[in-house]
Amino acid sequence: MDFLTLLQILDTTVRLATPLLFACLAGLYSERAGIFDIGLEGKMLAAAFFSAAIASVSGSVWIGLLAGIGASLALSIVHGLASITFRGNQLISGVAINFLASGLTVLIAQDWFQQGGRTPSLGSEARFNEIELPFVDAFANIPWFGLIYSELISGHSILVYVALLAVPLTWYILFRTRFGLRLRAVGENPAAVDTAGISVIWLRYLAVAICGILCGLAGAYLATSLQAGFVREMSSGRGFIALAALIFAKWRPWYALFSCLLFGFFQALSFRPDVVKAVTQVEIPGQLLDALPYILTVVILAGFVGKAIPPRAGGEPYVKER
Amino acid sequence: MSDGNEQGGRPDTVAPAIELRGISKAFGPVQANKDIAIRVMPGTIHGIIGENGAGKSTLMSILYGFYKADRGEIFISGKKTEIPDSQAAIAAGIGMVFQHFKLVENFSVLENVVLGAEDGARLKPSLAKARLLLTDLAKEYELNVKPDALIEDLSVGYQQRVEILKALYRKADILILDEPTGVLTPSEADHLFRILKGLRDEGKTIILITHKLREIMDVTDTVSVMRRGEMTATVKTAETSPEELAELMVGRKVLLRVDKKPATPYASVLEVENLRVVDENGVERLKGIDLQVRGGEILGIAGVAGNGQSELLHVLGGYMNGTGNIRVNGNEIDLTGKHSDGQSRRERGIAHVPEDRHREGLILDFFAWENMIFGYHQAPEYQKSRWFMDNNAIKQATAEKMERFDVRPPITGLTAKNFSGGNQQKIVLAREIERDPELLLVGQPTRGVDIGAIEFIHQQIVALRDKGKAILLVSVELDEIMSLADRIAVMFDGQIMGERLPSETDERELGMLMAGITDTGRADTASSTGAQRVDNPGIGV
Repeated sequence: MDFLTLLQILDTTVRLATPLLFACLAGLYSERAGIFDIGLEGKMLAAAFFSAAIASVSGSVWIGLLAGIGASLALSIVHGLASITFRGNQLISGVAINFLASGLTVLIAQDWFQQGGRTPSLGSEARFNEIELPFVDAFANIPWFGLIYSELISGHSILVYVALLAVPLTWYILFRTRFGLRLRAVGENPAAVDTAGISVIWLRYLAVAICGILCGLAGAYLATSLQAGFVREMSSGRGFIALAALIFAKWRPWYALFSCLLFGFFQALSFRPDVVKAVTQVEIPGQLLDALPYILTVVILAGFVGKAIPPRAGGEPYVKER
Repeated sequence: MSDGNEQGGRPDTVAPAIELRGISKAFGPVQANKDIAIRVMPGTIHGIIGENGAGKSTLMSILYGFYKADRGEIFISGKKTEIPDSQAAIAAGIGMVFQHFKLVENFSVLENVVLGAEDGARLKPSLAKARLLLTDLAKEYELNVKPDALIEDLSVGYQQRVEILKALYRKADILILDEPTGVLTPSEADHLFRILKGLRDEGKTIILITHKLREIMDVTDTVSVMRRGEMTATVKTAETSPEELAELMVGRKVLLRVDKKPATPYASVLEVENLRVVDENGVERLKGIDLQVRGGEILGIAGVAGNGQSELLHVLGGYMNGTGNIRVNGNEIDLTGKHSDGQSRRERGIAHVPEDRHREGLILDFFAWENMIFGYHQAPEYQKSRWFMDNNAIKQATAEKMERFDVRPPITGLTAKNFSGGNQQKIVLAREIERDPELLLVGQPTRGVDIGAIEFIHQQIVALRDKGKAILLVSVELDEIMSLADRIAVMFDGQIMGERLPSETDERELGMLMAGITDTGRADTASSTGAQRVDNPGIGV
C-alpha cells in the first residue's frame, strides 16, 4: 500500500466520520443535560430529506440546509415536549421519532417528487461542493506535507470543517463557560441546578435544541454533500453508531472526535477491500467489512470498552421533590 | 464563648430577620401548614422541631420558594417579601442546606459553589473569585475544604460544609438547615455546631430543623415546635426542657428513657470467634471479632458508621462471606458455601432487621402484605398447594401483625413506600419478631423514625429480650445504645475496642473507644486527640 492510498483511505475516513461527528456531538449536548436521545437517527434522516428536497426545489443549498435544520429542530422539540415537559419515557419518545422519520420522509418524498421515495439528484448549485483550501499549489512541492495538505486536509465540503471546528468549540462551551457548567450540572443532578435558582426545564430545552441543530447539519451533510440527494433510509444506522461513539467517547468532545474517526475508518475500509486484502494477506468477505462498524457498535454498547459512566441524571425526568 | 449572645440583650426595635404571618399550605386534602406565625430575630439560632410529617419541611420549602403558600405573608428584615422561586429566596439572602445535599457529585467543590452564581459567561473569573472567598471563609469559620476536591471523594461532613459555603458565597444572611446531623458522626455534628455558633456570632440568622431534642437543647437560642401542620409553641431554649419539648411535639407525655427491667441473661445464644471479612476490594473489614450474646440480653454495638458494623450484620445475616466460627445455641453456622445465605440463617433462628430498610428490609413498590412475608414466604401456612400461595391467609396474618405492631394506616394493600419511616420499620420489625427468633439482629432500628414510633420500637425490642431471646443491636446513635443495651461493645476499624456496662460508662468514654483510643487512664488528654482523629479524615486545606 503506498502513501497515496493511505491518504485516500484517510480522506474517505474524514468524509464518513463527519455525519457521525455531528450526530455524536448532538447526542453529547443532549445527554450531558440528562436527556437520552436515541432519536438521532430519525432527526438525521428527516434533515437529510428536507435539506435535499428544499435544495432541489429552491436550487439553493443554504436554504436546503436551513430546512433540514428546521425539520430536525422540530423533532427535537417533540422529544423535548415528551421527555421534559410531559416527563415521558425518553427511549420511547426517541424510538417514535425514528419510526416517524423513517416513514414520513419516504411518504412525503413520493408525494412531492414521484420518484419512488427519493428526491431528484441535486445539481452542483444545490450541493455543498468541495472547497480547495488556499496554498495547495504553494505546498505542492513540500514532500509528504504537500500531499497530505492537498489530499487529506484540503478538498472537503464546508460542513466537514464546521464539524471539526465544533469539537474544540464544544469542549470550550462545556468546560469553560457558565452555560457548560450548568448544562453538565443539570445532567448530573438537576436538583442542584434547581435549588441554585436556575430553570432545569429551560436548560434542557436549550440542550435538546442544540442537539436538533447538530443533527440537522448531520442530515444535510448526508444528502447534500456526501451524496447528491435523498434516498430512503439513507442515514443507515449512523445515528446509532454515533450513540455508540458517544459512549466510547465517555461523553467527551475530543474523545468523540477520535471515536468517530475510528468508526469512519472502518466504514472507509469497506470501500477498499483490495487494500485490506493487500495489507492483511487474508481474503475478508466484503459483507464482513461492511458489517465492521456495526459489529464495533454492538461490542461497544455491550460494554466491552472499559467503564463509561453516563451522566447520572440521564433518562430521568426531573420532578421537583418536597 | 458564644452563649452570651442571646436575643434577650437586644433592643426590641430590631426587626426580626424572618417573620411569617398566617402561612397556610394544603396539598389536596392534606393541610401541611395551618396559619403558621413565627418571628426569628437576627443573630440567633432558632430551632424548629417536630415529628416527621409535622410540616417543618413544607414551611421551609415555602420560605425557599419551592412552594407558594396558599395564604400568608413573609417579612424579611421587616420588609414584606414575595418568594415565588429559589432565585427570589437567594436574592432575599436566604440560603438552604437540604437534608439530601444538592451537590453535583463529580464536580469540584469550586464548581459546586459557583454553580448558578457565576459572574459572567466565562467561568474562569468566577472560579478564581470563589477560590479566594473559600480561603477566607475557611479561616473565619473552620470551614476548610479543598477547593479542587471532587464532591464524591469527600465525606458527608465535608459535603455539608460545601453546602454551607454555597449559601455563604451567595451572601446568605439567613441559613436554613434541614436535619443537618442525620448523616453526621457525633464529632462531625459537634464541628457543625461550632461553625453555626461562629456564624451566629457574626450576625447571621440560623434556622435549624431537626427532630433531635438534644441538638435543640445544645445549640439553639429559641425553639418553635410544630405538630400536625401547626406551630404549637415558641419558647426560649434556656427556659424549657427536653421532656416539655417532646410532649409539645407528640401531644402526649413521652418516655425519653427506655422503660426496662434489668436483664436476666440465660445461656449463651450467639458465639462469634475470630470473625474476619475481606471485601471485594481486598480490604479487611472485620479483623477478628469475638463476641457473645446471651438469651435475655441486648448487646449494643456502638461505633461511628463504617467501622465494620454493617459487615458484621451482613455476615451474621448470611449475605456476606467470612471466616471464623459462629455458633447459635451451640450449632456451628456455615460462613461460606451454599448453606450460608439468608434462608439458612432464618432456619437456624436468626432474624434480621437490616440497617437500610429501603434497600434491604423492604421492596418499596410492593404491598405491605407482600413485604410482610419476605424471607418467610415458604412457610407452610402461606401455601395453598404445592404451586400456589394462599394470599388470603397472608393478608389475614399481615392484618393481625399490623394491628399488634400499631402500623398506621393498617391497610395491607398499601405499597410500602406510602408508609412513613416509622411505620415501614414497624412492618420489618413485625415480620422478624413475630417469627419468634432465637437471635434478632437489629441495625439502626430508629433511623429516620419519629419519636412516638421510636418509643414503640424500643418497647418491642425489650419485650423480645424479656422473652429470653438474644438481641444484637447495632446503632450509630449513642443515646439509643446507652438506653437500650444491657452490654455495650464498641467497634472501631473492624475490631471490638472494648465492652462496657451502660451503668459503668459514659458517652465520653465510649466516644474515645469509638475513635479507637483504649487508654482510659488518661481520659482528659486523650479525649481531645480522639476528637481530632475522627474529625480529620485526611481532607482539609
